[in-house]
Amino acid sequence: MTATATAPRHLLSGLVKVRELGIILALVLLVGYTAASNPRFLSGQSIRDILLNTAILAVMAAGQAVVVITRNIDLSVGSVLGLSAFTVATMMSDNPGLPMVVAILVGLAVGGAAGVLNGVLVRYGRVPALVVTLGTLYMFRGVTYSWAGGQQVNADELPRHFLTFANDAVLGIPWLVLIALVVVGGVALLMRNYRVGRELYAMGSSPQAAELAGIKVARNLLGAFILSGALAGLAGVLFAARFGTVDAAAGTGLELNVVAAVVVGGVAVFGGSGTVWGAGLGALLLTVIGSSLTVLDINQFWQQAIVGALIILAICADRLVAVRIARSLRKKDSHV
Amino acid sequence: MTATPGPSRPGPAKLEVRDVTKSFGAVAAVQGVSFPLYAGEAHALVGENGAGKSTIVKMLAGVHRPDTGTLAVDGAEVEFAGPADAKAAGIAVIYQEPTLFPDLSVAENIAMGNQPLTRLRQIDRKAMHANAARLFTRLGVHIDPDRPARGLSIADQQLVEIAKALSSEARVLIMDEPTAALSGVEVDRLFAVTRALRDEGAAIMFISHRFEEITALCQRVTIMRDGRHVCTEPVADLSVDDMIRRMVGRDLSALFPKQDTEIGETVLEVEGLGREGVFRDVSFTVRAGEIVALAGLVGAGRSEVMQAVFGVDRYDTGSVRFLGKPLKAGSPRAAMAAGMALVPEDRRQQGLVMDLSIERNVTLPRSRALARLGLLFGAAERREATSWTSQLQTKLGRLSDPVGTLSGGNQQKVVLAKWLATDPKLLIVDEPTRGIDVGTKAEVHRLMSSLAARGLAVVMVSSELPEVLGMADRIIVLREGHVAARLTRAEATEENVMYAAMGQQVTT
Amino acid sequence: MSDLARGGKQKDNAVLEVRRRLATWDSIIVLLTVFVLVVASFSVTNFGTSRNFTFMILDLLPIVLVALPMTFIIVTGEIDLSVASTLGLASSIMGYLWNQGLSIESIIPICVVVGAVLGAINGFLVTGLGLPSLAVTIGTLALYRGLAFVVLGDGAVADFPFTYTGWVTGTIGDGPVPNVLVLILVLAAIFGVILHATPFGRSLFAIGANAQAAHFSGIRVARTKFWLYVVSGAVAGLVGVLWTLRYSSARADNGAGLELAVVAAVLLGGVSIFGGKGSLPGVLAGVVLLAALQNALRLQDVSGQALNIVTGALLVLSVLLPNIATSIRTTWQRRKLRRAATV
Repeated sequence: MTATATAPRHLLSGLVKVRELGIILALVLLVGYTAASNPRFLSGQSIRDILLNTAILAVMAAGQAVVVITRNIDLSVGSVLGLSAFTVATMMSDNPGLPMVVAILVGLAVGGAAGVLNGVLVRYGRVPALVVTLGTLYMFRGVTYSWAGGQQVNADELPRHFLTFANDAVLGIPWLVLIALVVVGGVALLMRNYRVGRELYAMGSSPQAAELAGIKVARNLLGAFILSGALAGLAGVLFAARFGTVDAAAGTGLELNVVAAVVVGGVAVFGGSGTVWGAGLGALLLTVIGSSLTVLDINQFWQQAIVGALIILAICADRLVAVRIARSLRKKDSHV
Repeated sequence: MTATPGPSRPGPAKLEVRDVTKSFGAVAAVQGVSFPLYAGEAHALVGENGAGKSTIVKMLAGVHRPDTGTLAVDGAEVEFAGPADAKAAGIAVIYQEPTLFPDLSVAENIAMGNQPLTRLRQIDRKAMHANAARLFTRLGVHIDPDRPARGLSIADQQLVEIAKALSSEARVLIMDEPTAALSGVEVDRLFAVTRALRDEGAAIMFISHRFEEITALCQRVTIMRDGRHVCTEPVADLSVDDMIRRMVGRDLSALFPKQDTEIGETVLEVEGLGREGVFRDVSFTVRAGEIVALAGLVGAGRSEVMQAVFGVDRYDTGSVRFLGKPLKAGSPRAAMAAGMALVPEDRRQQGLVMDLSIERNVTLPRSRALARLGLLFGAAERREATSWTSQLQTKLGRLSDPVGTLSGGNQQKVVLAKWLATDPKLLIVDEPTRGIDVGTKAEVHRLMSSLAARGLAVVMVSSELPEVLGMADRIIVLREGHVAARLTRAEATEENVMYAAMGQQVTT
Repeated sequence: MSDLARGGKQKDNAVLEVRRRLATWDSIIVLLTVFVLVVASFSVTNFGTSRNFTFMILDLLPIVLVALPMTFIIVTGEIDLSVASTLGLASSIMGYLWNQGLSIESIIPICVVVGAVLGAINGFLVTGLGLPSLAVTIGTLALYRGLAFVVLGDGAVADFPFTYTGWVTGTIGDGPVPNVLVLILVLAAIFGVILHATPFGRSLFAIGANAQAAHFSGIRVARTKFWLYVVSGAVAGLVGVLWTLRYSSARADNGAGLELAVVAAVLLGGVSIFGGKGSLPGVLAGVVLLAALQNALRLQDVSGQALNIVTGALLVLSVLLPNIATSIRTTWQRRKLRRAATV
């Protein structure tokens, strides 16, 4: 309409783009350097492995990003993955005839139920998310252990169609990767273009203002935790299908990688900003680092240290960008 | 700016408050208040701080539910389970403190909850942007709809709030002190828009402490005192004095006794103090036994100057000398050690730790001095707290109760006790009587006066002119971060202080 | 005067309830701990033996020591999730230096100093750069653990002198009291006195409840928090040494996951995750309760992992139950008011 309406340079979307460009740039540099020193890094098999490894993490990161955007956290995802993986693996070994769809639905349901518990405790019990999900991290893992005892489900007990699912491909893209793409894309679309998504951002940006604005905070919060839980449950199914062997310890400690992917991907821990695509890219970057180290023949032990340094670098960068933007906005105001 | 007589009001009220009561714990914030709000009318709600206005606003907004009594929209009783219900009933509220989402764009803030949608039920960003731009044009302001709300000035945030209310096409608009942070031009523009809305048939509830605004905008006024309804009358029938008398419940005279005292040596010398974008070249001195008032409009930089002097904030240029010695910048601890005390403006955020007990609050700055061999036992703190709270006649249950359980006036006494216990030579008080009842107000004034008589130097930041004129030996008026006038007690009148604060010529 | 006092008391009802329930959570957890100890001594075979007592103390040693500074940090409203990784890195460095032939007498102080430096890095990132402590310490959790693996790989160093390993696992005069219990009691007493009976301790509560008001009262908020992280790191370094000596094995993955157990114990002990509230006796009770439950269940051949359910549930209940009690009370009060008004 007016000059302001068509102004192409939006500071807000500018920040988002800069943030994701940063990750993409890091990815390009890393891949370029690694491929230059060992071309096999770009072979079909290698890329396939990286994508398969990213898929599970990215699915969980998408759910976690939504929860973190609302200024909460879900530490229970690793345990939910374990519970779902063991449930589904047991079910499939007992009933080998069940189709894959059932396995996925059961995984989603197990995770969704866990999410309901988390969400209800956070919203209606008024217990901080950190406390609730730390508690359910223990509880869900404990349930899995007491159910499994020392047993594990081995690959040879599982039906073939379940195990090949991870590697079967459509149009050359493995199912696993396809599912991850659909999940990340779908959640990203929801968060960007739908009212409920914007309300979730609003809730994280200012919880008090969200209440005053009449946003259905309870419903949305519950939804965010259910989504995170359900996606962790889905990740459990993918985990069981990919690795075949499932015991009660599956996914232990994974919550830290998921949170790391989200933070590296530019989602602020105090909510309100960041994107689901960013979280997905964060998951990809973390996985690529691991593969690069192997290919470059660098001590595998460096990987975790690098992930840690990357998290700190990411939050420092976010802080710097935030300060810059605040300064430029102030300057802009003073010219008016 | 003249009051236009409202249209005749047939039929039921647009919104009606019926015999509403609301208590928090055992404190009755609102008791049996009733008044109607008609379409096409601007209705002022006035009362002192703590009179219950905000509670009324929050009930109309659906934040609080009345304990007893009801609200009615268009004559039908309604019950709001939350802000969403109030919004659905066509009520929009502009709070004193803007409630924007800092991470979202201005356009999104305006559209939140009723974003325009495309066929796929996705948000139509183009339409959302155009809508915001259209509203800003209507308001006559230049705010980029695509910038994030973070970093907007308070005035701009207030304007975004108003745009938000306009976009929701509210039939009832409640404005809680919307003009407190606005400049004259912005206020005029806001009033023009508000009048237009009113004439289109919206019902406006307007809360303000500025009587000239009330007479300019409103047809009727409801006055509250101590949670109760005093009266609802046409604005034209009441003089400003009438309104004040009914708000306060008695005449204002003789509320501010300042004894004459012997002025002693110079305690504080502030020289050329400046901080980029906040204040510049501020110089003044304060002597023992003297009360110096810093007057000016909200946002003139008064609190900022005193917080920089005390060291809780930084300053970029200038110097502070205390009892002849330079004072380390940016260190409240050094300021305290030198003998300075600051009773801050915001009791809840700055003055007290609400969750801690009364005794812990009183002794917080003194805990080091009270320790024996580095150890601190409850008995020492209790002795100290008992002595000071009783000297200031603080009404309290037990000293171990959280300080948040006290009334505003008694909380203020606890803050005063906390700082007087440090035996300061200079006491800085920022809005010492904001939000406290009239009786306590007089007590605080008497206390300040007697402290000055005992040789304490006092700096008082205050927005209440009668308080400034009654208490201060000298008045320094700040405007937009610099000293606009220096007046002695004899020279000062309401008019010349106000004129200096607003940057107008003194016409005598 | 008595009227005034009563008026004041009535006014305070809502907030008083909050306070009262917090006061009771401390006592509930202490009572619960005593109850579990008594019941277990009578009903669980071997629970009350002195041998078992020694084992239990050794098991809770790392959690209780790390929980002491963690309590301080959480009281100020921050968190330190990197403690277990600091412990692991200290253990790795201990093994590395031992392999290099340094004497154990010089290795131990080095490890404590390394811990303090790692804590100082956390402290700088949180207070110097103003970054959120949750994110920072998740980052250093990964970083320090990674460095531990870089230093020592996945091998183990085991040949530490018996004088030291024996002391950690030994008891006073071969009686029932473990040597480390003395260390635990001394440190707990020091931390307890500092938190509850010094000006510094008072300032921690003020910082956690309202950092701005604390700043206005002359408390150096950033500096205080910085030093808490240093202490937390140093204690984690010391625990790394003790852990290594106890199992006579320096490994990079020593203490992995301990941070969650420590945070759980602190919160279970009634410390508010938002800061400003908590007590050291409550935390000690929380640690003992978890250790006793774990020990008793293990003696009854219940999987230690199944105990996770109890730990998690207790953690959630420690915050949930008081909240439920308050909301029941307020609902009841409002109903009473409404009834009074309609009569």
